[in-house]
Formats: sequence, C-alpha cells, structure tokens
Amino acid sequence: MSRGNRSPCIVGIGQSEYTKWGGIMDRSQFQVTAEAVRAALADAGISAREVDGFTSFSGDANEANMMHVAIGGEVLRFSGMVWGGGGGGSAGGVSLACAALESGQADVVVVYRGLCQGQSRRFGKFSGTRIQGNFVAPFGLFAPSMMLAMVMQRFMHEHGIGPEAMAEVALSSRANANRNPNAIMFDKPLTREQYFASRWIAEPFRLYDCCLESDGACAVVVTTRERARDLDVKAVDILSAAMGSGPGWGQGPLASHNMPAEDYASTNSRRLAKELFAKAGVDPKDVDVAQIYDHFSGLVLMALEDYGFCAPGESGEFVASGGIRWPDGKLPLNTSGGQLSEAYVHGMNLILEGVRQLRGTSSSQVADARTCLVTGGLGVSPTSGVILGVH
Amino acid sequence: MAYFPVDMPRAEPDFNDSDYWASLGRRELCFQACAQCGLLRHPPGPMCPRCLSTEVKWIEAPASARLFTFTVVHHASHPAVSAQLPYVVALVEFDGMPGVRLVSNLTDVDPKEVRIGMPLALWWDDTGEGQVVPRFRPAATPT
Repeated sequence: MSRGNRSPCIVGIGQSEYTKWGGIMDRSQFQVTAEAVRAALADAGISAREVDGFTSFSGDANEANMMHVAIGGEVLRFSGMVWGGGGGGSAGGVSLACAALESGQADVVVVYRGLCQGQSRRFGKFSGTRIQGNFVAPFGLFAPSMMLAMVMQRFMHEHGIGPEAMAEVALSSRANANRNPNAIMFDKPLTREQYFASRWIAEPFRLYDCCLESDGACAVVVTTRERARDLDVKAVDILSAAMGSGPGWGQGPLASHNMPAEDYASTNSRRLAKELFAKAGVDPKDVDVAQIYDHFSGLVLMALEDYGFCAPGESGEFVASGGIRWPDGKLPLNTSGGQLSEAYVHGMNLILEGVRQLRGTSSSQVADARTCLVTGGLGVSPTSGVILGVH
Repeated sequence: MAYFPVDMPRAEPDFNDSDYWASLGRRELCFQACAQCGLLRHPPGPMCPRCLSTEVKWIEAPASARLFTFTVVHHASHPAVSAQLPYVVALVEFDGMPGVRLVSNLTDVDPKEVRIGMPLALWWDDTGEGQVVPRFRPAATPT
C-alpha cells in the first residue's frame, strides 16, 4: 500500500458502444463489461495488474471475482456491492471505492456496471421477484415508469408544476444527445410537438419522459492523488461521494409507497444533498454543470429542488427560463443526453460525462467547468451522489 | 368476474403477510400495528420500527378513504392488463391511519375525472383460489 495523499480521484473512464436494448448480441454482457473496464484502464494509463479493487451496484451480474481473473489482476484487496436495484447506487459505487482508497484497503479501484437488456432482462417489464411485489403486482403496478408516475403526480399537485416543465427536460436532453455521436438518440431530433404527441406510458409520463432501454457498459478508474501524480491524465477530484436515505424509505415508490408523507413527493435526496455539499465545501451555486439521474424527466425537476438549485416549487420556472440548457443556462444538465437520450447504464454513463466535463472533452462542453454534481438513481434507497472537481 | 383476467400476477403470501391476505379473504381490510406501542405499519413487517417489538395486532380500516395519488396506466408491462388499458392505479389513505397507504385500483371512473383527494369506496374483487383483493371506486358511485 502506498502512503502519501490518499484523496480519491478519477483517472480513467471507459465505455462500450451504446445500443437500443437487444442491440448487443454478438458477445456476452460480461465481455462487453470487461471491455469497458479495459478501456477505462487504457484511458488512465494504468496496468490491469495494478487493479486491486472493484465495486458495483444494482446486483450487477458481472461478478468482481470473474472480472479480476478476466483482466489478469494480481492481488484483489477489496470488492463491494451497493445494496438496492436500479441506479440508486451508481455514485454509491464511487463512494465505496473512496472508502476503500481512503482507508488504505485498496490503491486502484474500478467501478463498473454492465447491462445488456437483451441478454438479461428488461427493467421496464413486470418482474416476479420484486421485493414487496405482493402489494403492487395484483393491482397492475408493475414497472418503475408507473411507480414513479404516482410520485410525480403528487409532486405536480403539491408544487403546481405542469407538463411543460417535463417537456423541457426531455427536449434539452435530446438536444444535447444530438451533439454526442455516442448517444443512441444522436441524429434523432425531437420537437415539442413530437413530445406532446407521443403516447402515454403512465400519466403524467409520456414516452419521451422515460429513459431509454439500452445495452452497454461503463467503467471508471478511481485511485489516490498520490498514484495519479505519475499518470499522464488530468485527474478529476472526488470532492465528496455519499449514499443513503431518509428514515422509513425502504423500497419506497418501487413497491408499496409507504415512505414518510412529508418525503413522499421527493427524490429521497434532501438529507444526502446537504451532506454532499458540506463535505465538498461547495454550495449549489458553485456547481457549473450537473448530471442528474433521469430515469424519468420529472424526477430531474424534483432533484433540482431537493438539491437546492432552486426553491421548492420553482423547478418549473427554473427550466422554463432556460436554466438547464447548454451552453448558457445557469446549470447545463445531462450534457451527454443523459439516460433519456444517450443510454441507460443505470447512471454510470452520467458519471463518465461528469468526468468529461471537467476534463474539457464533452461534446456539449461547458466553458471552464470546474465543479460537477452527478447523482445516482432518485426516489430509491439508498440513493447516492458525487461532487467532482478540478482546480 | 375479476377486474383483471386470470393470468394476472397474484400475491404469494409469506411469513410477514399471510395474516394480511387471510383477512382480505374474509373481506376485512386490516392493517398491522405493533401490539406493544400501537404504531401502525404497512406493508406488514417482522418488527415495529419504533419499539422493535415483534408482537402484532390487526386494525380494521375505516370505511372512509381518499385518493393520495394515482397514475393512469396506458402501457401493458404484463400481457394480463392489455384488455383493461387504460387503468388507474390508486394510492389510498384512510382517516385516522397515519403512515398507512395502500396501492390499489380505482375502477368505474373516467380517468379524466380522477382527482387527488377524492373520496373512495372499497369493493371486494374475488380473484379466485381464495384470494380477494380490495379495489376502490369513487364514493359517489351508486353500488
């Protein structure tokens, strides 16, 4: 174990191609994921033999012990999985990596997530293994789109937010995707008219309020400041990373909807956001660009409020005024196209985009971006977040 | 005839919720409470989150219920619901039962007329094989 400055930073990012679900059938999901890990290591300029830790989330099927063998790792010192499904633990995987690095349990940790929904399962379909499924399945509450639609309906009722605000999130993301050749929706512009003419999935969500169903894998290499010093890459500091939940959340809206009433119409991030900002020593106003988990457009609005980018009830005005638009908005958002228009890799693709912004290599680059918030999946427990920074 | 067809996914009662499903089978909507401190909880669980007791009692829900939130589902995520589209999934709350909210359906209603806060009336849907589930309709609808 090396001594010195053990502050965690991201030094490598890698990804596979992104396709519509079922688009990657020429090789296994595991291989696709291993290729993303390989790409991230090549990007960092770190040998696979140096990797001594792996983290993931969402019960990733691409087991760390097999990844360790696949890339020819020598000593494995740390492996960890964040509890919970979906993308709640995406930034949580980074948080776990930081815990390993800061405590000296590992020196180079790869965080990865690979999901090819054509080879595994479609997250938008009924699943017979849902926790507390007894309380939702007999009533046709099958999929996250419907489950979070109920939360959004209540949010709109309480906060006076209309459908125009959700449209703006979807349209902004698509505009960004149309500058990103790796995005699934690259070269597929979306107009306001097309948005409002699209079919309902579960009111108030229309088709374009829902994330893509896709195949792909992403990986990031996290190491210490000390190790990063010798690398030929611009290290991106992890100013803070955290996962967690308010009280009584449990499965929250992804099952029986019995989280506390005062937190019902929320992303379960109010407490987490305060901790993240305090630990990073920054305020929402210091954030130059954000990647906010967009499984559904409406949850982005909730997060803008819960993370303190605007006051409660003001997310509609915030986005209507161009607040999230690249390049001139107050907070350019989901600049790769996000999960609505780039790909749905349970939020790992948002972390990659956060790193690109701070390296200055995004296809929708925010000028002089120095601080970026990336959130994990919203409205679940644990949810997570990370604040990235460069000097 | 049941609201959804026979291939609709069914509850598979387990350690924690078999008494709940048994009460529904008797057409009684009962929620679990801690026998020691009285805290209501739903869904049923193994332990009181306030006093950590594992002793439980069952409290029958009052007749008056209201709509806390809802969604109108237009997309069939399971083939069983195809013929019933669009259908309304309702989150129901009951007077005097803080912390309890029940996922169910709101039937016999034009989806355009559904409003948060509207009063609801329970009806029992026999889904066969001894399973009965509570569903709701607008309270004003004659039964």
